[in-house]
Amino acid sequence: MNYRGIYSLYYFELKRFFRTIIQSILSPILTTSLYFLVFGSAIGSRISNINGIDYGSFILPGLVMLTILSNSLSNASFSIFFKKFNQTIGELFAAPLSSFEIVIAFVGASATKSMIIGLIIISTSMFFIDLEISHPLLMLFFLLLISITFSLFGLIIGIFADNFERLSLIPILLLTPLSFLGGVFYSIDMLPDIWRNVSLLNPILYLISGFRWSFYEISDVSLLTSLITILTFLTLCILFITYIFKTGYKLKN
Amino acid sequence: MLEIKNVTKTYNYSYKALDGVNLSVKSGEIFALLGPNGAGKSTLINSICGVVNFDSGNISVDGYDVIKNWRKAKTLIGLVPQELNLEQFEKVIDNINFSRGIHGKAPDNQYIEDLMKELSLFDKKENKLRELSGGMKRRVLIAKALSHQPKILFLDEPTASVDPELRKDFWEVVKRLKQRGITIILTTHYIHEAQELADRVAIINNGKIILVDETSELLKKMGEKKIHIKLNEKIDNLPDSLKKLNVEINGNGNLFFRFNSANGHNKIDDVLNFLKNNNYSVKDLSTEESSLEEIFIKLVEENRNELSRNL
Ligand SMILES: Nc1ncnc2c1ncn2[C@@H]1O[C@H](COP(=O)(O)OP(=O)(O)OP(=O)(O)O)[C@@H](O)[C@H]1O
Ligand SMILES: [Mg+2]
Repeated sequence: MNYRGIYSLYYFELKRFFRTIIQSILSPILTTSLYFLVFGSAIGSRISNINGIDYGSFILPGLVMLTILSNSLSNASFSIFFKKFNQTIGELFAAPLSSFEIVIAFVGASATKSMIIGLIIISTSMFFIDLEISHPLLMLFFLLLISITFSLFGLIIGIFADNFERLSLIPILLLTPLSFLGGVFYSIDMLPDIWRNVSLLNPILYLISGFRWSFYEISDVSLLTSLITILTFLTLCILFITYIFKTGYKLKN
Repeated sequence: MLEIKNVTKTYNYSYKALDGVNLSVKSGEIFALLGPNGAGKSTLINSICGVVNFDSGNISVDGYDVIKNWRKAKTLIGLVPQELNLEQFEKVIDNINFSRGIHGKAPDNQYIEDLMKELSLFDKKENKLRELSGGMKRRVLIAKALSHQPKILFLDEPTASVDPELRKDFWEVVKRLKQRGITIILTTHYIHEAQELADRVAIINNGKIILVDETSELLKKMGEKKIHIKLNEKIDNLPDSLKKLNVEINGNGNLFFRFNSANGHNKIDDVLNFLKNNNYSVKDLSTEESSLEEIFIKLVEENRNELSRNL
């Protein structure tokens, strides 16, 4: 393993993120605060508790997840797209780095940033709710797992995207609706049966549900199902990215 | 040092950019790849360095196969790509250190500082890349390629977009690198550049190597120059003594003759002396090198003649 090589690439990419640190951090803090103000305090005060949790606290895990998903996706997809765009990706292939090492560095940098932002949002929430986390380690584990998974997914999008529009197509068309319908703001028990069943087809629901369980021990689906869903998606991403790098598709031709 | 056996590369399933290339470069030599646009020079270099995948054949660097032993091989290689592709928003020093890092080498500030000084980059080390001129960017690329102390250096058209003075500087740098024992492979369109630097030259066209030879030999065979002499008064009939010196007359009544500087004695002196002794006054004198294109045409014709002779 070229550990020093991995670290150099990881550090280089992370530095790119930190150059825009103010906007990377300010924007999620602002958005989450607004959600808390509007949904938590203003509207939430008229909504009765969900499973014994007050509404502001209920939406926190979903909000964190919302931000983490889109951040991981955009960090990683932008990183690799940018290297393709300015054609500096060639120097990575000329260096003694395996595809696996390159992926670790990109995903690591992207996931690190997502984790930081996730933790900042959780801290911010303390201004609005009484924060309680029943299983902090499990919570961190979920945060990490999902950051990594969606960074990998982002990497795939970045490799396939031929222009800036496509780069933002999947996040806009797929991720945002699925996240909003994935139970950030409600429990699917509150839905009519038919919509409840449709919601169960939404993979994001499983992520949010599992993540929420680590906070309050309440969930729409079982913890195990959540974990299996994430791990399946992670495996699919890994397989796909391995294939891309093995064949050099879209990268070396 | 570099062994290339029967390498082919096809783009988009149809276009053969490399068509059975065989080449062998010795340790410590400067080797020039000469060829017109689209000949396959960059494709060959990028195949060696792992930037593109080649289809078949074998390449080894210092005995290490670039596919089977890729990690070892890539550690030995430094690459200066043809295009000025750099991280525009990063500093010069960070760009260079990054290259060393991804090659798995521990930081060495002294070496990097010396390298930047050698390439006259030290003043610019805190500048962002996009603030540099094209020639300076080319230097940064060279510094990056040397940052991990490679044993073999590939320079893909290093002097494109470089002014004549910088080009001379650059030649000095290349010669110093050779003295340090680094094997250098460079591509160029200029026969003059190959003549200045290279020990041996390969000519590549349409993905095929047409010829590999010592530079001096190639120049002897091909490096013909044409001298044009413009006189103050036109002459219609060429004196016999000039005819004997192979001087010819063109449509405008100007004189020209061909000579080859690599072929020992040339007749420039004789021609000029004759003109002087016979009171012709020279208005203008210019030389014209045979261009790469002319050499190609000559080579291709020779190949064809040889083929038909052998048939
Ligand atoms: N990515 C690519 N996809 C398709 N064809 C390509 C690609 N890269 C190069 N080619 C083609 O392969 C041939 C060889 O190109 P290459 O860049 O190796 O030439 P070159 O000798 O370096 O030329 P130049 O002197 O212009 O740099 C050209 O005909 C080119 O059009
Ligand atoms: Mg080229």
